[in-house]
Amino acid sequence: MRINTLFYCIWQGFKNIFRNKWFTLASVATISACLFMFGLFYAILANFQYIMKGLEQGVSVTALLEEDITDERTREIGDMIARRSEVQETVYVSADETWEQFAEENFGSTDGFRENPLSDCAHYVIYMNDVSGQQTLVDYLRSIDGVRKVNESALTAQTFVGVNAIIGYVSIGIILILFLVSIFLISNTVTIGIQVRKEEIQIMKYIGATDFFARAPFVIEGMLIGVIGSFIPLIAVYFIYNEAMIYVAGSWEFLSQLLRFLPVDEIFSVLVPVCIGIGVGIGFIGSYTTVRKHLSV
Amino acid sequence: MRNTTTRRRVNPDAPIISLEKVSKAYTAGIPALNDVNLHINRGEFVFVVGDSGSGKSTLIKLLLRELLPTSGKIIVNGTDVVRLRRRQIPKFRRNLGVVFQDFRLLKDRNVYENVAFAQRIIQKSNREIRKNVPSMLSIVGLAGKYKARPKQLSGGEQQRVALARALVNKPQILLADEPTGNLDPKNSWEIMNLLEKINDSGTTVLVVTHNREIVNAMKKRVITMKKGIIISDEEEGGYIDED
Ligand SMILES: Nc1ncnc2c1ncn2[C@@H]1O[C@H](COP(=O)(O)OP(=O)(O)OP(=O)(O)O)[C@@H](O)[C@H]1O
Ligand SMILES: [Mg+2]
Repeated sequence: MRINTLFYCIWQGFKNIFRNKWFTLASVATISACLFMFGLFYAILANFQYIMKGLEQGVSVTALLEEDITDERTREIGDMIARRSEVQETVYVSADETWEQFAEENFGSTDGFRENPLSDCAHYVIYMNDVSGQQTLVDYLRSIDGVRKVNESALTAQTFVGVNAIIGYVSIGIILILFLVSIFLISNTVTIGIQVRKEEIQIMKYIGATDFFARAPFVIEGMLIGVIGSFIPLIAVYFIYNEAMIYVAGSWEFLSQLLRFLPVDEIFSVLVPVCIGIGVGIGFIGSYTTVRKHLSV
Repeated sequence: MRNTTTRRRVNPDAPIISLEKVSKAYTAGIPALNDVNLHINRGEFVFVVGDSGSGKSTLIKLLLRELLPTSGKIIVNGTDVVRLRRRQIPKFRRNLGVVFQDFRLLKDRNVYENVAFAQRIIQKSNREIRKNVPSMLSIVGLAGKYKARPKQLSGGEQQRVALARALVNKPQILLADEPTGNLDPKNSWEIMNLLEKINDSGTTVLVVTHNREIVNAMKKRVITMKKGIIISDEEEGGYIDED
């Protein structure tokens, strides 16, 4: 095929967008609406997971060490814990530090105490990368020689596992519904454009156009509509997201500790390629299947 | 010697169109074409006439390989149409110019682009297109209207655009299915004169028509069909009245 022909097909694809303005408008609106819902849903879901993750990371297990333990054994235990796969981070807090923290929080200072009343409270604070592994970790810690006591977090692993499962089911459900709605809307929109295309393609085929030559401009048109249809909701979601962050921060200050928003960049580094991919994919499949039906002249 | 094409695989003396025992039945009922034998030589001008429903358009569709016959053999320009593979059809059609009663122009493109389209299909370079399209348009008398959209043209003008598009690739055969069916007598005559001019330059022309006056005046070969059968085939024939 000549490069000339390829350019012609692409150029015609561009022109088709303006030739069939109503079809373009309807298709762009349909794809935009679907991707807008998807974008919002994704942003909410991603933040929810982010918040959950934050809470999870706050979950820690405390391993209190024997009072007369040697420094070397302390380090050894630290290494043993750090090697565990479910452990993300371990922080060693010496008995003195524990006491200073406690005193600071409760009396303002350690003044007036000569001895450390919490001398048996040197401990490791252990943060996990997956709370579902908490029970295993606790059992392991209890088996270590030199660990006096293990305190589990108040928020139990079971809660998180349950909530995460619910989120998973709900997201699958919503994505499925969105998907079905998109297919329905798009197949409806595509039928609007069929008549024009049918005539044109038949004429082209009468004159001896190959399937490719007759088909390519319409398929390119479909993909371009997909691109346009994905940019609009991306921009909309971007603004809504920013506004929502400002609004929540301003209105519910007491929640700002809990409602930490994911930065816009992080949401959009996923959303942009995924939306454009879905948009172009829908445009391609929609136009290709429509046009294919009308090649039988 | 005329139409010196480079890839002539055909005996130049063999008929350019030949149908042998061709039948076409759309449904199980009466066939639209019934055991038709027909031979047209290179450079001929042929009218096909007959009542509505006698099978004229069916004949054209078979020649274009839009339809396959139920039985029989069809050779067009050296190609066995029945045995043509699907993906060979576009190339086969490029040797046939075709014109319809309803013009069938691409509505959203101007006159120039409609004619250029046929050239783009055969991958002509832009340079050649810029040369060939205007010269074809001036042959059909539309050089001044190359920017117009089909909507802005009269029926006669639209048909001339369609004719320019059919001819710009210099096909061996021109098939026309009621090309003057939507035109007034003056425009009908203009189109017919153009068809005759094209025929003079060597193209084989087959015209389906209901235009009695023109058929009788032009003194060409006339094939008359009735209920899927050729009932008469005369050199310098006339329009046969049924009733
Ligand atoms: N697609 C089709 N399906 C079923 N029957 C058809 C089809 N096309 C044509 N026919 C039938 O075949 C017969 C011949 O039709 P055809 O269109 O060839 O007639 P025609 O001579 O071109 O008529 P007209 O002068 O009205 O254009 C008619 O009886 C018609 O009803
Ligand atoms: Mg007909």
